[in-house]
Amino acid sequence: MKSTGKVTGIVSNLVTVEIDGPVSQNELCYVASGGTKLMAEVIKVNGRYASIQVFESTRGMKNGDAVEFEGKMLEATLGPGLLSSSYDGLQNDLTTMTGVFLKKGEYTAPLDEKKLWDFTPIARPGDKVTAADWLGEVMEGWLHHKIMVPFSFEGEYTVKSVADAGQYTILQTVAVLTNEDGEDVEVNMTQKWPVKKPVRAYREKPRPDRIMETGVRVIDTLNPIAEGGTGFIPGPFGCGKTVLQHAIAKQGDAEVIVMAACGERANEVVEIFSEFPELIDPHTGRHLMERTTIICNTSNMPVAAREASVYTAMTICEYYRAMGMKVLLLADSTSRWAQALREMSNRLEELPGTDAFPVDLSAIISNFYARAGMVVLNNGQTGSVTFIGTVSPAGGNLKEPVTESTKKAARCFYALEQKRADQKRYPAVNPIDSYSKYLEYPEIQEYLSKIAGKGWVEKVEKTKNIIRKGKEANDQINILGDDGVPMSYHELFWKSELVDFIILQQDAFDPIDSLTPMERQEYMLNLVLDICDREFGFDDFEQCRNFFKEMINLLKQMNYSEFKSGNFYKYQEQLNNLLNNGK
Amino acid sequence: MANKAFQKTYTRIEAITKATVSLRATGVSNDELATVEGKLAQVVKTKGDLVTLQIFSGTEGIPTNAEVSFLGEPPALKVSDELAGRFFNAYGQPIDGGPEIEGERRETGGPSVNPYKRRQPSQLIPTGIAGIDLNNTLVSGQKIPFFADPDQPYNQVMAQVALRADVDKIILGGMGLTNDDYLYFRHEFENAGALNKIISFVNTTEQPPVERLLIPDMALTAAEYFAVDKNEKVLVLLTDMTLYADALSIVSNRMDQIPSKDSMPGSLYSDLAKIYEKAVQLPDGGSITIIAVTTLNDGDITHAIPDNTGYITEGQLYLRADPDSGKIIIDPFRSLSRLKQLVIGKQTREDHNQVMNAGVRLYADAQNAKTKMENGFDLSDYDMRCLDYAKEYASRLLAIDVNIGIDEMLDTAWELFGKYFTKAETGIKQELIDRYWPKSH
Repeated sequence: MKSTGKVTGIVSNLVTVEIDGPVSQNELCYVASGGTKLMAEVIKVNGRYASIQVFESTRGMKNGDAVEFEGKMLEATLGPGLLSSSYDGLQNDLTTMTGVFLKKGEYTAPLDEKKLWDFTPIARPGDKVTAADWLGEVMEGWLHHKIMVPFSFEGEYTVKSVADAGQYTILQTVAVLTNEDGEDVEVNMTQKWPVKKPVRAYREKPRPDRIMETGVRVIDTLNPIAEGGTGFIPGPFGCGKTVLQHAIAKQGDAEVIVMAACGERANEVVEIFSEFPELIDPHTGRHLMERTTIICNTSNMPVAAREASVYTAMTICEYYRAMGMKVLLLADSTSRWAQALREMSNRLEELPGTDAFPVDLSAIISNFYARAGMVVLNNGQTGSVTFIGTVSPAGGNLKEPVTESTKKAARCFYALEQKRADQKRYPAVNPIDSYSKYLEYPEIQEYLSKIAGKGWVEKVEKTKNIIRKGKEANDQINILGDDGVPMSYHELFWKSELVDFIILQQDAFDPIDSLTPMERQEYMLNLVLDICDREFGFDDFEQCRNFFKEMINLLKQMNYSEFKSGNFYKYQEQLNNLLNNGK
Repeated sequence: MANKAFQKTYTRIEAITKATVSLRATGVSNDELATVEGKLAQVVKTKGDLVTLQIFSGTEGIPTNAEVSFLGEPPALKVSDELAGRFFNAYGQPIDGGPEIEGERRETGGPSVNPYKRRQPSQLIPTGIAGIDLNNTLVSGQKIPFFADPDQPYNQVMAQVALRADVDKIILGGMGLTNDDYLYFRHEFENAGALNKIISFVNTTEQPPVERLLIPDMALTAAEYFAVDKNEKVLVLLTDMTLYADALSIVSNRMDQIPSKDSMPGSLYSDLAKIYEKAVQLPDGGSITIIAVTTLNDGDITHAIPDNTGYITEGQLYLRADPDSGKIIIDPFRSLSRLKQLVIGKQTREDHNQVMNAGVRLYADAQNAKTKMENGFDLSDYDMRCLDYAKEYASRLLAIDVNIGIDEMLDTAWELFGKYFTKAETGIKQELIDRYWPKSH
């Protein structure tokens, strides 16, 4: 018997319900209001009263409206058809909704229940299986979508039968399993999983041992992110957070990409909707949309569903990871989710922490980041979820609760800087404050020396040092004046400018420059470091400046030219001539 | 009003604050309107049978035995083509002496457009101001505020932009306008002969601040009528959103909510987003573009109001007085139009992107040179050239009194590059240099 209740109080989307039976924390319920049923979630229980957060506008709701509890938490529906879909934060399919406006109480099925999928069995009768083991597969576009023992199955099962190869809908039974008590359970191609619980159906979670290429030099070269790693991008507005994240989504070397647009601008999602079906994935030649799933709860959509949107996205990632896929999750922005938590905590009249955020914010964020990672599946194959979140710090000040909490949880930090953005030095990632903890991993160091040549990590450190020294020199020049410092200061400064213009800065809107494969990054970094190793001995700082400007110009033209093309070598030859003729 | 027959009148108020009254009543729905002693109010909280009403015009003079009746409906505006050319107050009542509007009653603050049904904005809105068209191009369906100190002529610039833009309707939402500014807008619109395409919802400083909270919803409900029902291109002007946010903080304070940064309510981001996100390009050709004004306190954009705004809007146009040229300019560093990439080089000349970036970068070099100069250091030849360039760039391209076409802006920029710099110093792609570098240099 499901519990029911009646509304007794309303403040915005926090509703108090008098209940007639047991309810559990985070249990789903529906409020019948004005002819529609509105989804809500229990967030607090006190005696006979439950506080629920309604995922939609409560306009028109009245005291006395009936509430039905569902006996389960908010769940994601998992199965073939997730890829290329566009969902709202509660996994309603946005593409099948009627009308231009979102209607209150309109819920659409996440997966097509009528579509026939070509099923091929993998497991055989008699096999011993546990949760997440593969029973069969269907082709979801290009992807071998594994049909798995549902994550919620505990203990060991014996396969009694698996359906023959053929066409089935997601609701038809494709396997029968026998549990340890000898009872038979039917399994179809879809399963549900409560979004707030991490999926733990894998053998182990080892340390990441390789990097995930993004084609963005300031990430791959200077502060690479590991496959299965975590990173975050904080930055004031207007510093290129979204452009950077979209670049990673377009170019990232992952098989499946889930984008959670959480409380951000609707037009940014529209950009994905309209561009991704056209743009080509540089790694496979397929359309980008074929590897992308979008979860969107834009800033004007119900605030309470923001939290749900990031959890739904993570659950879908974990599902594909269990198929052995390399998955990348991008969430823009986790600050909006934190703000949604703050609004609710405020309405619940909880004692506030810093900046009125709830006190457990830090724990919530770190638990979420911990769901990313590379895993070894039960069958020995690997899958990974790499997670990059953006943070929108209030006033651009990184000393605020969301940034600080995230810094504790994420292993890579890409600090976007107002000053660089003002100078149009994009991507405006501060090269000195940013870091990647993965560069310290021996596994990653070994991997990098394999793909980018011996001593790569030392070269990266050297590059950072050039930038650091250049900054110091520039500070001195600014304090003492051009003539007040030794010539070597000017040379140091201009070497750092060379690194800045050629390696750090990258034109996200130029088709060639925007995507730099690792091989090219290696080539260009070696070229730049060779120049930096030289001692030029300029006569005066004007000469130094002019010489470097000319070099920067030639190297920039190389960045704009196709790698190792005639033009590319033409500019390189001009550069060599310049260097050979000396200052 | 549908359920007028069942309307019940209450006459016993239990509590009164500066902005709200509470009374015991049943059958009340969330967000519905009521009248208290003839003043308009809205349900903001129910707890058991205790209902809290927010009274828009304040609670001065309300007695504990005030007559309260519930209207059974949320705030709404009557929409029809008759709206065009008219001036209204925050409740949607005419203030121009004309007749009441006949039309369909539409709830204000209605649902959002399904993001999947939106179209990508793609139509350039030319303004003739190079600080906008060249560096921060506007696109229909965009939402963008002017960030300006209170002493800057933001309302004038906004009126100028609105009247030059090629749109079907202009809707003005004035919040806390001084009476002088209200009359200025009225005068400008009448002078331009554009009155028949303009609709105004105005709350002046003489009226209660909380009433302002109704203005954006009113203006945007009218905008949605013309954009969705009539497929028209609508431009909405909202001034001044800082005063709107101040009214929000007054209300949240009276409701005993815990303030977050700068004593603003924790929901400020969502409250502002609900308004700005009404900007949309619709599938059938209609669009809503929002240009707003957010006044700053001494240029401080880290304050919660401009900060949250910046995260919501698609860029910002930053007005600043430039001491070198003596003009008000659109600051090229802090200003940004996020949608400009959708039209730059597509609806404008191929060199637009690189010319824009080079122009701003060289202007930044000039700022560095200026710092050096102020610190008493010798300037290099390059520094001197940068400074000369900056002066001319500011007065010929950044100033808000510029009114030229985009090609002319690009040509002016090339002219300045040629006059002050070498080709390599601009860092522009070689093929563009070959094509556009001024012949005489």
